[in-house]
Formats: sequence, C-alpha cells, structure tokens
Amino acid sequence: MSEFQTVLFALNEGFVATLKLFVVTLVGSIPLGLIICFGSMNRWAPLGALGRRRYARQQGLLRSLEDGGSVTVGEGDKARPLGEAEARRLAKRLGFWAKVFTGFRPLSLLSRLVVWVIRGTPLMLQLYIIFYVPGMIMDHNPWSFSEGRFAAAAVMFVINYACYFSEIYRGGIQGVPVGQQEAGEVLGMTKGQIFRHVTLLQMIKRIVPPMANEVITLVKDTSLARIISYQEVIWAGYAFMKGSHGISGLIWPLFFTGVYYLIFNGVVSFLLGRLERKLEFFR
Amino acid sequence: MSVLEVKNLEKHFDKTKVLNDISFTLEKGQALSIIGSSGSGKTTLLRCLNFLETPDSGSISVNGELLFDAADPATRREADVRRKRLHFGLVFQSFNLFPQYTALQNVTLAPELLAREREDYKSKKKEINAAIEAEGRELLEAMGLTDRAGHYPHQLSGGQQQRVAIARALAMHPDILCFDEPTSALDPELTGEVLRVIRSLAEQHTTMIIVTHEMGFARDVSDRIIFMDEGFIVEQGGSEVISNPQMERTRRFLSGYGK
Repeated sequence: MSEFQTVLFALNEGFVATLKLFVVTLVGSIPLGLIICFGSMNRWAPLGALGRRRYARQQGLLRSLEDGGSVTVGEGDKARPLGEAEARRLAKRLGFWAKVFTGFRPLSLLSRLVVWVIRGTPLMLQLYIIFYVPGMIMDHNPWSFSEGRFAAAAVMFVINYACYFSEIYRGGIQGVPVGQQEAGEVLGMTKGQIFRHVTLLQMIKRIVPPMANEVITLVKDTSLARIISYQEVIWAGYAFMKGSHGISGLIWPLFFTGVYYLIFNGVVSFLLGRLERKLEFFR
Repeated sequence: MSVLEVKNLEKHFDKTKVLNDISFTLEKGQALSIIGSSGSGKTTLLRCLNFLETPDSGSISVNGELLFDAADPATRREADVRRKRLHFGLVFQSFNLFPQYTALQNVTLAPELLAREREDYKSKKKEINAAIEAEGRELLEAMGLTDRAGHYPHQLSGGQQQRVAIARALAMHPDILCFDEPTSALDPELTGEVLRVIRSLAEQHTTMIIVTHEMGFARDVSDRIIFMDEGFIVEQGGSEVISNPQMERTRRFLSGYGK
C-alpha cells in the first residue's frame, strides 16, 4: 500500500467517526432543543394566584384612593385606617410582590438558566468537564467502556446544540403572527392541534436558514471532540505528524482533512438549500 | 328567546376601561352592526365574545345557555372554552388564513380535526372526510371561489382571501358569525366583493355581528345597529341609528363620513 493510500484510509476512518458524532448530535439535539424551547416558553407560575390577589388588592386600593375614599387594613377588631402616604406605600409593595409572584416561572427559569450556562461557556471546556469530572467525584470513571469517549462527546454535543437550537426554535415560533394562533383558537382547535397543524410548518420555514448555519458549524465543531481523544478526522490527520501506521513527520494529512469538511459541508448546504426551496410553496 | 344575550360586560386593560357596562341581545337570523371610532372597544367586544379576551365582569349567554359569567368561576374553566368558542365564528380584519394550506384545506382543516373526536371516526373516516371536503367546496362555490380551491393564500387577492376566511368560519356552523372590520385591509375595489358576500349571508338570515366602518353598508344590511364610544354603548336601535341618530355624539361621529 502506498503512503497516500495509507493516509487516505486512516483519514476515511477518522471521518466516519466525525460523521457518527455529527449524525448522533443532530438526531439528539433537534428534539431536545424543542423540549428546552417549550421549557423556556412555559408560563407555569405556581404562585400566580398569590400575585393576582395582590394585584387585585393594589388596584382596589388605588381606585379608592382616587375616589378619595378611606382605606383600611386588617379585618374586624384589627381594622385600622391608613393615611394616604402609607396607603401608597402599601400599594407599591403589593405591586412589587404581584410582579414577583406572577413572574416566578420555575420551568422557564430553569430552562433559561441551562441555556445561559451552556451557551455562555466554551464547548471545549464542557467536553473536559463531562469526561473528567464524573471520574473525579465517583470511585470509577463512567466513560471507561470502549465507546466511552464517543458517548461523552455525544452527550455534551447533544446538550450544547440543543440549547442553541432551542433559541432558534423560540425565535421561529414567536415569529409566527399571533393571528395564526387566534385563527386556530376561534376555529375550536386545541393548543396541540394549533402547534402541529398551523404553527409547526411556518416555524420550520422560518428556522431553516439559521439552522443551516448551526448545522454547518456543527460539522466543524465535531473536531473539538479530539481534546478528549475521540479519534475523529483531525485526530487521524494529526497522528501522522507524531507517528501512525509507521509514518511520522508528515504534515499534509492534517491539512488535507479540510477537504473532507469542505466536501461534506457542500453536501449539507445543498440538502438544506433544497429543503428551503421545498418550503417556498407558501409565504 | 334571543340567540345571544350580553349583560353588563366590562373589560379593563390595566387602568383603562375599554368596555363599560355593555348589554345587548341579538335575535336569530338578525344582523347586528357595531359602529364607532377606532379605540371605542368594538374589536375588544368581538374578541370577548370569541373568548380571545376574558371580560372582568358581566355575562354572555347563547341560546339561553350561560357561557360566561365573570362572577361564576365554573364558567371560566379553560377546558370548556374550546367547546364554547364553537358557538361563534370570527372573520379577522387581516384574514389570518393558514399560508401553508390551500383555500380548500383552510376551510376543511378545523372540521376534519373536530371530526376526529367523533366515536364513529375510525370506522367511517373516509366518508366523513369526503363529506367535509364536499361541504368545503360548496362553501367556496357560494363565495364565488370554485376555481380557487387549490390556490394558496399568497396566490389570492385580499378580497379572495377574505372570502376564503368567511367560508372557513362558516364551515364550523357557528350560531353567530362575527366580522371584525372585514374590509378595512382591502382597497375599495376589493371591498365590494366581500361586502356582497356578507350581504347575501344577511339575506339568508345568517345571525351576524359586524364591526365595520362602512356606514352605508351597515345601514342597508343590519337589523340592528350599535354605536359605541369610549367603551360605552351610546345608542342602539334599527337602521335609524345611522339614518336619524338621536344622540349628539353619534351625529358627530357620522358627520365624519359625510352623511
């Protein structure tokens, strides 16, 4: 086998590993992103009733102040009249807590916290953490099985890309005019039916261009997995510098990996472009 | 018995009161027009009837059934809202057709989804959907859109889109069909074709509530007219509300239309 063939063979093998990480990341992060997106848009406010009660009391207080009526607090024997300044302070306090209670949406907060942390730190750092930290706090390394490096990288890539996707989805859903939702509602559709039959396709149409961007970035980002020694294509190219398959000191295989990325991204762009054109049947 | 009975409806947006003690009734087969300047609460009233907004107080009854009563929490359950909505149809000012569906699909989508809840749906799926499609085509034909059934909304003119929207609302067989300024987004040439359709619906005694700025049209087709200003009903009655208004405020409003 010539040197060229040996290198090509090794690079092909590396690229298969790259593709594997790419495909698994996409398959995992596209649906997980939707879940995170629903999480961050979730309006569940367990303390909402407390907030609404305070808001109603505040409004009542303000109204009676405007009408010049007397304001009392407490009930029965404990009732006492309030001066205007004191009543205004009370109204302000009620308004503050009303906002706090109605604004407390734990699911949304949690989702947005996760997105903030994941998007706010480098993927490289996240890969180190997911691969090394469990072994440090447990008495054995959970990633020590044969595909452990791939599994660790895949989990982190899925979570990382899901966070980016969730924000793209959110933008896509919020970009669909409110009138679409309302039209579905007055036709007696359920929330789920409106999402599946009305919003979803319009959202997909909107998110294809930004998603194409992310997907192309993902193709290249898979190379980060080599820092936990996942043997993808750049790892395979670099190996010929250090020594691999009886060859060492060879630098061109590393540069040649660029061709793999370029061709594969060409295919991805082409397919996403086709999808975009397919969705041009409506506006 | 009235089809619709609205009692003492009130609605605030924060501190501004947009609906103030709104009460009226509507008889079966009658057309009611609501006129008034922008911001007078007409659209909010329609949205309350269609459960897109929740009134702060007052009640709404259809065919004697109490659908909404602000004082009775049992009538405010989210789960029932969907069924209650079906008493009303709403045609929007901006059409709001579903862009990814053809004219026919826009009309048949909601009836098809609703039919899935029928007990015999699984066994008679084909017949049911065929019947829905046939009715959809009929409705489009009645709107003069036979040859537009397979067109997507963006391939239709504004007037055609609004007529599809009317067919879509009619496909759910609402007791009361509401129009929210159905021609305000159309240029004068296209306004006519939509008004003709609404007029023919009135002639077939469709129970309707029409929010409109077309005074001549309102006077001609309506059995009843309500004039609203700043959230209040200033004047209500027959077509004389437009042809011979009693209140100074109504006269001032109508004089803006050169009548």
